Amino acid sequence: MTLSDYLQLPFVQNALLVGVLVALCSSLLGVTLVLRRFSFIGDGLSHVAFGAMAVAAVIGLTNDMLLVLPVTILCAVLLLAAGTNARIKGDAAVAMISVGALAVGYLLMNLFPPSGKSNISGDVCTTLFGGTSILTLKSLEVWLSIALSAVVVVFFILFYHKIFAVTFDESFAAATGANTKLYNLLIAVIIAVVIVLAMKLVGSLLISALVVFPALSAMRLFKSFRSVSICAAVISVLCAAAGILIAAVAGTPVGSTIVVANIGVFALFTLASLVRGRI
Amino acid sequence: MERNDFNNYSLKLDQERGHTDALLSCQDLSLGYEGKAILEHLNFEVRAGNYLCIVGENGSGKSTLMKTILGLIHPLKGEVLTGDGLRQNEIGYLPQQTVVQRDFPASVYEIVLSGCQGRQGLRPFYTKADKALAWRNIDRMEIRPLAKRCYRELSGGQQQRVLLARALCATRKLLLLDEPVAGLDPRVTAEMYQLISELNKRDGITVVMISHDLEAALRNASHILHIGARIYFGTVEGYLETEAGSRWTAKGGAGK
Repeated sequence: MTLSDYLQLPFVQNALLVGVLVALCSSLLGVTLVLRRFSFIGDGLSHVAFGAMAVAAVIGLTNDMLLVLPVTILCAVLLLAAGTNARIKGDAAVAMISVGALAVGYLLMNLFPPSGKSNISGDVCTTLFGGTSILTLKSLEVWLSIALSAVVVVFFILFYHKIFAVTFDESFAAATGANTKLYNLLIAVIIAVVIVLAMKLVGSLLISALVVFPALSAMRLFKSFRSVSICAAVISVLCAAAGILIAAVAGTPVGSTIVVANIGVFALFTLASLVRGRI
Repeated sequence: MERNDFNNYSLKLDQERGHTDALLSCQDLSLGYEGKAILEHLNFEVRAGNYLCIVGENGSGKSTLMKTILGLIHPLKGEVLTGDGLRQNEIGYLPQQTVVQRDFPASVYEIVLSGCQGRQGLRPFYTKADKALAWRNIDRMEIRPLAKRCYRELSGGQQQRVLLARALCATRKLLLLDEPVAGLDPRVTAEMYQLISELNKRDGITVVMISHDLEAALRNASHILHIGARIYFGTVEGYLETEAGSRWTAKGGAGK
């Protein structure tokens, strides 16, 4: 089959659409997360989501989103909205919640294996690395992803200046009357939503890559917040599209392929910034 | 009568007469974290046009006082009152630089414009008036040639000018400066003091500055708030007559 044959297939179309949207959302939020030294929150929250999925499977929830989304949002709020006042600081708190949730999730899956499934480690592996689940999306999931992505993009545009102000200098923003607590809360909720979405695409281990790589690549070359945001979005969308198509044709795992594409772009941009530094 | 008592007394007289023309006033303020007081029984006021320097040893609570004035933390007792038409969100603030800012990809213009954020409420975009104000303050700080440059590539003095322009977007009346010359070389330090004095004298902007540099404080300021074991609040002239101040002049520092 050629590439155009693949593009005719509805499941490839679905995967492309959802993949591109999720990549777009995670890259938009990635810029503020990287700058706030919260690069690993994607990883941490996706482990929380993994733990919540395990609990949902054990208690037999048919639609695990009902449990996964609220739990992830709660943890995101605890980590981000507590901000600089937290007793356990950023990276330590993220590490603690992340490893804790992963361990509890895996333990539960072993103690109470979900009925009808015998291959626990296969299951776990799929959740962690994404497997091919993006190629088996149901139409409800596709619509849900589209709707949530639209919400995230609209939020980002409407709150763009506030996100900038809060990220660059939170105490100045608070001192001059901006409602930084509200903005931090909203950013935390949106991040949780994006991460639960992104788990479908690349699995929980590789979410950090979606969050971190486009932002870091863009920062190599661009120097204003606006151009970095736009560039990160473009890189992320292109890498996701390329990754999914290559994965479909070559039969490689989707998540890893997308991440490798992102690594390639990062290398390219780093090289470009070095070359420009010389001139 | 101790100088500080005298000042408290005159402050009380003013309040009894119903003077409300102080931009900021604190009465019997106690501050600290989590119930532990760092500083107690603090009284001072800042009037339009004043240039107040807050001095004191490390750990005496200068930064805590600054955060309390800005409303970032609550006082344990008493309150910070704003008056003379000044609202809490109209204080321009020049914070010390944070780690995050050192490699932040942002243009000078973006940063200055963000000074208008406090007035935005939930309005998503800046108005033409906000943008004009940003440009006006960029010109005031003489950094128009840098407007498109990246903040992280600027020198320390240039970065302070950018943050000062941003603070000016947030206020028309009162600037709070937290160690504005920390880490600057002597020439740039002098420029910075000059700039702040101009804002105070020419533009009538009230200045409250935290400073380690007592010599510069005595040279530039109109009032001193010395915090620590002994609290002094009053004019610079009065401060030179106190024990701490006379120790200073005995060393020949600011003796004229």
